[in-house]
Amino acid sequence: MTPDERSALDRRRRQRNWAMLAALSALVVLFYVITLAKFIH
Amino acid sequence: MSEAMADNTKGGSAPLPYSEDPSEVRDWLQLLKPRVMTLVVFTGLVGLVVAPGHLHPVLAAAAILCIAVGAGAAGAINMWYDRDIDAVMRRTQGRPIPAGKIEPGAALGYGIFLSVLSVCIMALATNWVAGGALAFSICFYVFVYTMWLKRRTPQNIVIGGAAGAFPPIIGWAAVTGNVTIEPLVLFAIIFIWTPPHFWALSLWAHADYERAGVPMLPVIAGARETRKQILLYTVLLAPLGLAPWLLGFAGPAYAVVAGLLGLVFLYYAITVWRDPQDATGRSLTNDVPARRTFRFSLLYLALLFAALAAEHLVLR
Repeated sequence: MTPDERSALDRRRRQRNWAMLAALSALVVLFYVITLAKFIH
Repeated sequence: MSEAMADNTKGGSAPLPYSEDPSEVRDWLQLLKPRVMTLVVFTGLVGLVVAPGHLHPVLAAAAILCIAVGAGAAGAINMWYDRDIDAVMRRTQGRPIPAGKIEPGAALGYGIFLSVLSVCIMALATNWVAGGALAFSICFYVFVYTMWLKRRTPQNIVIGGAAGAFPPIIGWAAVTGNVTIEPLVLFAIIFIWTPPHFWALSLWAHADYERAGVPMLPVIAGARETRKQILLYTVLLAPLGLAPWLLGFAGPAYAVVAGLLGLVFLYYAITVWRDPQDATGRSLTNDVPARRTFRFSLLYLALLFAALAAEHLVLR
């Protein structure tokens, strides 16, 4: 694997990891606001 | 592209080491068929808006998110199952699985996980009727359309089209907790709209379907019969678009818009029917009328549902 390919793989992996973090955080927030809204509703 | 990923369409590839995974975030988003999702979300939103009653905005947003994710998840499972035919159709060759970006097993797991998640959150945020309707629509799309009908009968999109017609029912059920005649009418409109919409597309994409062995109507019955069927379904659709007004859950403004849209759709269907053809029924105009009808069909459904929601929000 060339250094360029290695760097492209690292970039894609970082991108996926950030996306996973964003999705999991969004899920936590979603459950939190749904719970609050259900209490109010 | 690694050899393991190049073997994706055969379904026998070994999992790649995580560090060599060539997928990007946009590939995972593409698995959710975002363009199809747009109309699904919109019709679901309209079902939710026109339903009587009140739903907390946060819960309404969660319901729409669940409809979007559920539809996307069904699309991901569809791409997993159809990876062999996607690889031979020009229109679908660039999808993440045939392009070697995502392994089939990973796509299937992703689709199942998102399906279960969207159904559970829908049920928790709104009610189990909406959750059940979402689960049923996903199962219908995957098992009835994708696995059973699509490769077996030219009526595939007639019956399978029901899967795409569920969102207004789900949106309505999210608010009311039940399913009454009104969302069923919206279901019927999308159900009858689907065949002329897809058959217009298949008129010029028939070579792709033929190569992939998908028995779309133009492949099995020919282009001439397909044009006739497009016209027949449009003749049914035009008056059906007025049903919400006739049943009293839409007003005269909607009726005017629905009537005009129905007439324009009929005009387009007639241009398809009268398209100059050779002895075998193939178009001599490169299917220009069919392409225009396909584009207008998208506009038709969007404007019809927008009129229904706008009238409800503004005038009621």
